[in-house]
Amino acid sequence: MSDEKKTNGWDPKIAAFLCNWCTYTGADLAGVSRLKSSPCVRIIRVMCTGRVDPSFILQAFKKGADGVFIGGCHIGDCHYAEGNFKTLRRIEFLKSFLEKFGIDPKRLRLEWISASEGDKYAETTMSFEKQIRELGPLELMN
Amino acid sequence: MKPKLALYWAASCGGCEIAVVDIEIKILDVAEFFDIVLWPCVMDFKYKDVEAMKDGEITLCLFNGAIRNSENEHIAKLLRAKSVVMVAFGSCAYEGCIPGLANFYDKKSILEYVYKDSPSLEDTSKGVYPVTKTKMPEGEIEIPEMWNTVKPLNQVIDVDYYIPGCPPQSNQIAAVIDVVVDILKNGKPLPPKGTILGAGEKTCCDECTRERKEKKIKKFYRPQAIIPNPEECLLDQGLVCMGPATRSGCDALCPKANSPCRGCYGPPPNVTDQGAKMVSALSSVIDSTDPAEVKSIIDTIADPLGTFYRFSLASSILHRVQIKENGEK
Repeated sequence: MSDEKKTNGWDPKIAAFLCNWCTYTGADLAGVSRLKSSPCVRIIRVMCTGRVDPSFILQAFKKGADGVFIGGCHIGDCHYAEGNFKTLRRIEFLKSFLEKFGIDPKRLRLEWISASEGDKYAETTMSFEKQIRELGPLELMN
Repeated sequence: MKPKLALYWAASCGGCEIAVVDIEIKILDVAEFFDIVLWPCVMDFKYKDVEAMKDGEITLCLFNGAIRNSENEHIAKLLRAKSVVMVAFGSCAYEGCIPGLANFYDKKSILEYVYKDSPSLEDTSKGVYPVTKTKMPEGEIEIPEMWNTVKPLNQVIDVDYYIPGCPPQSNQIAAVIDVVVDILKNGKPLPPKGTILGAGEKTCCDECTRERKEKKIKKFYRPQAIIPNPEECLLDQGLVCMGPATRSGCDALCPKANSPCRGCYGPPPNVTDQGAKMVSALSSVIDSTDPAEVKSIIDTIADPLGTFYRFSLASSILHRVQIKENGEK
């Protein structure tokens, strides 16, 4: 089924949780600058990546996301001082968790993208989309 | 006419049955107030007696055990039809519990291990699998078929209330029985559907008397590796205590015995996934900001999935571990 889907015009669904202060603004800049970013990304704006509870990520996979992208301020630049440190540890933890769940941890990606890095947002989402295409659709057992 | 009460066990260990009789003298009140119509562990009734009843004839059904096979599911559906109020009693019915750990595997790999690869099998019986239907001189007999995935009760039927715990604490069961009797005798309104009965609205930590400091953890220990200080928070000491991600209600029974909380009361209010909440809680207290070091600290937790989802894997967001066709995870 996976192969069939891949060849029959399957487009991955990527859920993206972007922090309001950096990556969301970076994504905006990418758009304003007319850079090509991935059209497969569905953005959910959060005030801080520290707001992204691990259950949001599991829920995204359960509800049909093939990949989950988290974008936040660079380390040291968090608007709330240490929100992204928590995110860093959570995502590291969740990646090893996903692997044990039988889900490829490459389906989860964390990147630090500042408000001025529209080009980095565009490149990162494009390369993430490519990676998810290589992994194929995520089909969960019931 | 007395209201009718049914108690049933599906995939469970029998601990919930013990917990029910552990309410001691109150069990006599139960027997006096209710007409017990099904209790396979304790009294002799047949499924056909239940099948002969009218829909809604049973007032209250306390259902313990997860749904693991065709018989569990059949009886769950039967009792749902016959009962006015269906209660998922105990962790197995509420969230899958220990039987739900089978969701780390699939039916094929479990059967293969038990009937083919287990080292304690005699050579002659290796590879002999059970079949669901057998011809006997008296006719064909049937045993239940095992499902691929263990399910909590509410993934199979509509459930009205939940009583968590592995097993539920007897004082909590007694309190729930008092409430039920009060409702039936005095016409009090039922609690809203989906209410968790016989438990608190906070976390296990709220009931724990240990002293908590700011947590900074460099290494996790298994319970047998250290003798914990009986006054200090167990998590502060590096033991994976499920307290922060577990509902209150047991009066912090395990931490009081100097043992980390195992998480049997399930996730606290407004938490859908106990394991994810534990990832979040521990991520906040790991004392490092270097990804490589964070990973090495996380790796000191033995079996995180089995520890965080010991009781709730089957009711977690993902329900189970993904198994590829070749048996790989």
